[in-house]
Amino acid sequence: MKRKIVFGVVLMAGLVMAACGGNDSASGEANTSSATSENTSNQAADDGKGVGKFTNVELTNPLDQKMVSAGKLVYDMKCGSCHRLTNEKLVGPGWKGVTSRRKPEWIMNFATNVEEMLAKDPNAMAMLEECLVRMPNQNLSDDDARHVLEFMRNNDGVK
Amino acid sequence: MNRLVVVAAVMLTVFGVSCKNKGQKSGAGKEAAAKVYVEPGKYDEFYNIVSGGFSGQMSVYGLPSGRLFRVIPVFSVDPTTGWGYSEETKPMLNTAHGFVPWDDSHHPALSVTSGAHDGRWAFINANNTPRIARIDMKTFRTVDIIEIPNSSGNHSSPFITQNSEYVVAGTRFSYPMDDDNSNPDVPINTYKQNFKGTVSFVSIDPKTGNMGLGFQLLLPGFNFDLARAGKLKSGDWVFFSCYNTEQANTLLEVNASQKDKDFIMAVNWKKCEELVKAGKATKKAVKFAHNTYSEETHSAKSEILKEVNMLDPKDFPGLVYFMPCPKSPHGCDVDPTGSYIVGSGKLAAVIPVFSFDKMLKAIEAKTFEGNFEGIPVLKYDAVLHGEVKKPGLGPLHTEFDGNGFAYTSFFVSSEIVKWNIEKLEVVDRVPTYYSIGHLCVPGGPTTKPHGKYVIAYNKITKDRYLPTGPELTQSAQLYSIEGDKMKLLLDFPTIGEPHYAEAIPAEMIVKNSVKIFKIEDNKHPYATKGEAQARVERKGNEVHVYMTSIRSHFTPDNIEGVKMGDVVYFHVTNLEQDWDVPHGFAIKGANNAELLIMPGETATLKWTPDRIGVFPMYCTDFCSALHQEMQGYVRVSPAGSSVPITFSTGATATPEPKK
Repeated sequence: MKRKIVFGVVLMAGLVMAACGGNDSASGEANTSSATSENTSNQAADDGKGVGKFTNVELTNPLDQKMVSAGKLVYDMKCGSCHRLTNEKLVGPGWKGVTSRRKPEWIMNFATNVEEMLAKDPNAMAMLEECLVRMPNQNLSDDDARHVLEFMRNNDGVK
Repeated sequence: MNRLVVVAAVMLTVFGVSCKNKGQKSGAGKEAAAKVYVEPGKYDEFYNIVSGGFSGQMSVYGLPSGRLFRVIPVFSVDPTTGWGYSEETKPMLNTAHGFVPWDDSHHPALSVTSGAHDGRWAFINANNTPRIARIDMKTFRTVDIIEIPNSSGNHSSPFITQNSEYVVAGTRFSYPMDDDNSNPDVPINTYKQNFKGTVSFVSIDPKTGNMGLGFQLLLPGFNFDLARAGKLKSGDWVFFSCYNTEQANTLLEVNASQKDKDFIMAVNWKKCEELVKAGKATKKAVKFAHNTYSEETHSAKSEILKEVNMLDPKDFPGLVYFMPCPKSPHGCDVDPTGSYIVGSGKLAAVIPVFSFDKMLKAIEAKTFEGNFEGIPVLKYDAVLHGEVKKPGLGPLHTEFDGNGFAYTSFFVSSEIVKWNIEKLEVVDRVPTYYSIGHLCVPGGPTTKPHGKYVIAYNKITKDRYLPTGPELTQSAQLYSIEGDKMKLLLDFPTIGEPHYAEAIPAEMIVKNSVKIFKIEDNKHPYATKGEAQARVERKGNEVHVYMTSIRSHFTPDNIEGVKMGDVVYFHVTNLEQDWDVPHGFAIKGANNAELLIMPGETATLKWTPDRIGVFPMYCTDFCSALHQEMQGYVRVSPAGSSVPITFSTGATATPEPKK
């Protein structure tokens, strides 16, 4: 009996550690605006844009405040249950710095094409291994996803 | 040692019985398996929408596999989904008799346009406390229930007219009706003097499907049994079978079987409708409930209505005629061309087939043999197309394949008989196991049958399945009708006693099936659209919990400040927007049920704490790898305690409650 309990505790600890592994890696990386001007060639290898319909997202400069506000409404209704705006992980990772960790196309593809991303995209799959809860498909429209991206950029201090 | 021997002996006995199965014939060859095999992961070809009988519900199977997909709660409470238990759905079961938690559902009717299936709605009757329900085939949910006043035993219902203008309801049990349409206190044996029958035409809004009580006909007191609307040329008419024209009020199995012929009643509903529109109907005071469910507010409302348009056919010649039909007719089925009406006398040795053309001629020529309480009775020979001779014993119901053939079920001789409508010749017969009631050809009651199968719905299954004590399952049996000979392919058990069923090609339903409710469109007054809005509010002794659920936590999941004497309402909004991710909600000691909340929906469970302490709540529908973590606590303090209302989920998951 005792041995079983001990084993259970070790296993739990392992799980918890894995789940908590998603720490913030934003600092030191390039600012988002510069990440936009990337090449548009079709690469077979992982180009960091994820899997989905978004292959080239035009970013605004300065931020479109209307989109930021619309994005906040979507965040409050559909995302805030699991994602903090800090770098703290709740169910999913905190959003602070996400726009420097991920390309805008990746963010919008993940938000709108969850199932395929979780099945095919190496970064999304790695996140699932950490979080162990599949990100729900929250049925975001293309516009919703774009607005959320703008909201994330605002959250990351982009002007 | 002794005990072992006994066990062994019992085992032997058990095996001895179960392996023999009394030499029961399967009825199907091994090749049948390939015809009903639907590969794992593949879809069936048809939906089979089956009445739930005394369960009061409606069940949904796939054909040809016979796999059960869903039991749709309709007239009976369902603790699994919270139907009739959640605050939102309780009004759906309201009636003039108050909350009625059960009924007996017999006949589904699928909506039609130009006489053919359109895949929009299913209707089904409540037999006991007369009602008709409408189920939205986009959501497979009951969205509309209307009570039928001036009726007892809503059996001949809800058969539908060819463009879904009306579903009908005929009272099986006539009962005393005085001038005020109330049910007065009279001796039961004054049936002939005091008892009346009615049939009702329930209107259907062509866009929304919303039902209304169009009008009623006041009729002689006897039993109205089944009905079918005409189609194409007979589309303005509805036909009802009537028995107990003897007007007996006791021992009906003898006393209602005296006459050689009862009636099939023909009603010209178009003319009735014109009279009602012209204001010729009498307004009668009644009391009946109309309950509707909104997919926007995820809530039902019930209203009690108090008036009905009544037409007395004695005052308006040309509305109603009786056609004599042998021996207590049950089924009353109209062929796909609308030309023939098949009567099935339960005790008759023939199947009479009436001709709609002849009926019109006989009406025009006034070929009457008399009248019954002022309503003309047409001459049998003048309206008869012909009789199918010696078809079997106990004909009940008839369906059609669109190729000129009819399929009639025979209860007493347990068989389906296929016959040619024009020639009135039996061409094939096949046994059923056992005692078939209704039968179904996909699209069989429409102008465009889909054919391919006939399904028997059997009342008795003894020795067909592993025994389960005294109570055995009822069953359906699937037969191929593609060749000249009907071939048994499959048996499958059914929910409740299956009465009638319809089948519809899957693609007509699948394309419209709703996957989620959009959270943006949720107009529930207690919706919580996002965790930031989650909160607990006290209003006197009512505590309202605005709760959200998403994989895998509730917000809030720790609630304090509830006191003895409080009534707690958990308004749970499922924030998921992904197909097939409902969340459940249950709390210890709840005297009602659980909730199952679909993505984007809000549902409310009322909970009255009966003791102080800490009570767990949890998600009942396995939702994710961390489903077992989806739980929380409610603290209940003594009445008068100073514990304030507080709520939270995790240290950082909710903003601090406002002070």
